[in-house]
Amino acid sequence: MVKIEENKIFTRNRPIEKFIPPVVYIPLIQHTGKPTLPLVKAGEYVLLGQKIADVEANITASIHSSVSGEVKAIQLYPHPVLGKAMAIIIENDGQDKNEIKPLKEEEVKNLTFKELRLKIKEAGIVGLGGAGFPTHVKLNPPKPIDTLIVNGAECEPYLTGDFRLMLEKTGQIIKGIELIVRCLELKNVYIAIEDNKPEAIRAFEKELKSFSITRYKLHILKSYYPQGGEKQLIKNILKKEVPSGKLPFDVGVVVHNVGTCFAIYEAVYLNKPLYERVVTVTGNCLTHPKNLLVRIGSPIKELINYCGPLKEEPKKIVLGGPMMGIAQYTDEVPVIKTTSGVVAFGESEVMVSKESFCIRCGRCVEYCPVGLMPAILSLSSQSQNWQLAKEYNVFDCIECGLCSYVCPAKRNMVQYIKTAKAVLVKNEPR
Amino acid sequence: MKNNLLVSFWPHIQMKDSITKIMWIVFLSLIPAGIAGVYFFGLHSLVLIFVSIVTAVFTEALIQLIRKKKITIYDGSAALTGLLLAYNLPPAVPFWIPIVGSFFAIAIAKQTFGGLGRNIFNPALSARVFLLLSWPTYMTAFVNPFGSADTISSATPLSTLKEGGRTLSDIGLTYMDLFLGRRAGCIGEVAIFLLLLGALVLLILKIITLHTPLSFIFMLAIFSWIFDKHGLFKGDVLFSIMSGGVILGAFFMATDYVTSPLTKKGKIVFGIGCGLITFIIRRFAGYPEGVSFSILIMNAFVPLIDRIFKPSVYGKK
Repeated sequence: MVKIEENKIFTRNRPIEKFIPPVVYIPLIQHTGKPTLPLVKAGEYVLLGQKIADVEANITASIHSSVSGEVKAIQLYPHPVLGKAMAIIIENDGQDKNEIKPLKEEEVKNLTFKELRLKIKEAGIVGLGGAGFPTHVKLNPPKPIDTLIVNGAECEPYLTGDFRLMLEKTGQIIKGIELIVRCLELKNVYIAIEDNKPEAIRAFEKELKSFSITRYKLHILKSYYPQGGEKQLIKNILKKEVPSGKLPFDVGVVVHNVGTCFAIYEAVYLNKPLYERVVTVTGNCLTHPKNLLVRIGSPIKELINYCGPLKEEPKKIVLGGPMMGIAQYTDEVPVIKTTSGVVAFGESEVMVSKESFCIRCGRCVEYCPVGLMPAILSLSSQSQNWQLAKEYNVFDCIECGLCSYVCPAKRNMVQYIKTAKAVLVKNEPR
Repeated sequence: MKNNLLVSFWPHIQMKDSITKIMWIVFLSLIPAGIAGVYFFGLHSLVLIFVSIVTAVFTEALIQLIRKKKITIYDGSAALTGLLLAYNLPPAVPFWIPIVGSFFAIAIAKQTFGGLGRNIFNPALSARVFLLLSWPTYMTAFVNPFGSADTISSATPLSTLKEGGRTLSDIGLTYMDLFLGRRAGCIGEVAIFLLLLGALVLLILKIITLHTPLSFIFMLAIFSWIFDKHGLFKGDVLFSIMSGGVILGAFFMATDYVTSPLTKKGKIVFGIGCGLITFIIRRFAGYPEGVSFSILIMNAFVPLIDRIFKPSVYGKK
């Protein structure tokens, strides 16, 4: 097991603060699935939480305005994952006018499974851990499911958003979990938290006691990367493996991130669509790193300025965590539903060391959580021997990047592996 | 808008370790055993070590210059090869032996394959075998510790036993002599105690693992014990592992990253092969010692071992 420098200390004790920008840039695609189409036009006035984009499809997630104000334009705009994508630009009038009315406890109790699922779909909820898969689809599985794992591992270094949420919104998360349990008629629920978050573990222990819930098991995980990967959680908690090429469904398990559980609570109890999320804004460039409750569509440069003043100019800005986050070409990109963090690296934290040839030290093989031989994968990709990469199970790679992290030759393993996958898919679609 | 942002694939952080750091740590871990060698065999050994390292580094730079590649002599790998070659030389060889040897190690065994990471055979051992085959008289003439260079015809404990000696006491040595290095042998192989100390450092720093050394030593010990030339189960286990170059070979040469398998299972198989071949050479072949040959032979099997002994992939049982 390899110890990664966590650097969570910068923000772990900072309570979640609200952040509302003057203008939001809301991309029409923020999820895995079909892109949405705009329901509004430039010049139109929209309310906070109003649905502004949607599409007829099952695997998609509708999009809502994160402010009240006038739609300025619908145009191509920088996107944190796709480079550029269509976005609805709305000027915030600062009023937060809305028609969101919370439900009474009684009303929530009376909701049927179908109504629940529809509410979650209408709220545009996607997996907030980073994958962005529409949540309502996971609540209507093709196969029976008996186990839910609530993912509170947050194994990415630097990020503390899930941790703060677990600490500050414990009860609401548990209510969200109950809704999932109702939808899926689950037998087992595991709340998985890494042992580097003792406060969150205590908060859940206390809250579960006060709710007198005993069927939920708090599962304390060793903190190591990539503990929070779906397949790793299933293996470590349930001692079983998801067969290669299959999904957790296939072993009767579903995994939801704590943030998603909270969003489900808000969607059902408060009638609130997913228009804001917790984002950890951190990195050594910032004087005041923070955990922010950010309106979707906020440009990251404003988050960075809000956490300033800058100690130095950022050399690299990563959306997500430093292990699996995506480096941005511009600081204009907006926060989307899957943005868990903004990490602004300065000169000293950015690695620019050139890679050298593999010395076959075997560390990547030793640490690969999937049991692959990344050294061979990278070498076969480098020499364009794609079939060899396939033979060495390149498609089972979860791209966690641990091989690169431990590599003394500083090789860009993820890049080699993704290249091999892409070429293989292109040459022989699976 | 900022346009000067760096864009790259994840991960965006990496461990502080580097090839350079690893190579120099291995280099340093070998130093005590070398000092002991110089103490036992005299200053000429120091000259040999020095000449060997300088030649290796110089050759590496020269070839990289000719090939118009980046000069990587600071990464320590060439220096380490030079050091290891010197450790594998008898203490009385003429000074040009390490020059020829180091040149061969770097130019032929390493750079012709493309440099660090690409060579199939351990460069230092390739060079040692090259020297052994080319100048057998020099390469098999040993001196006793603290002996003058005139008493050059001393035999190593292994060769004495091979030629008919029966026990350790016949040669006039104790196990403690072997452990501390008070015996004839190559410069860097004799000080078992200090080699083990260096290996311990590498183990603690997780630069090497025990898989290869243990399986190597265990295999050799078991076979030497069972199939002794004086009868079944009559072998001297301690003698078999503390004589010759087993400790140096098992901990510092068979664990060479570039030329050994990637997986734990593979490393064990590699060690077993080394132990077995060393035993066969010692017992049945013409040479008294077989560590170098065994590691080189197993080097050739590494791609096959990697292919057969893969780790088990998640979800593919």
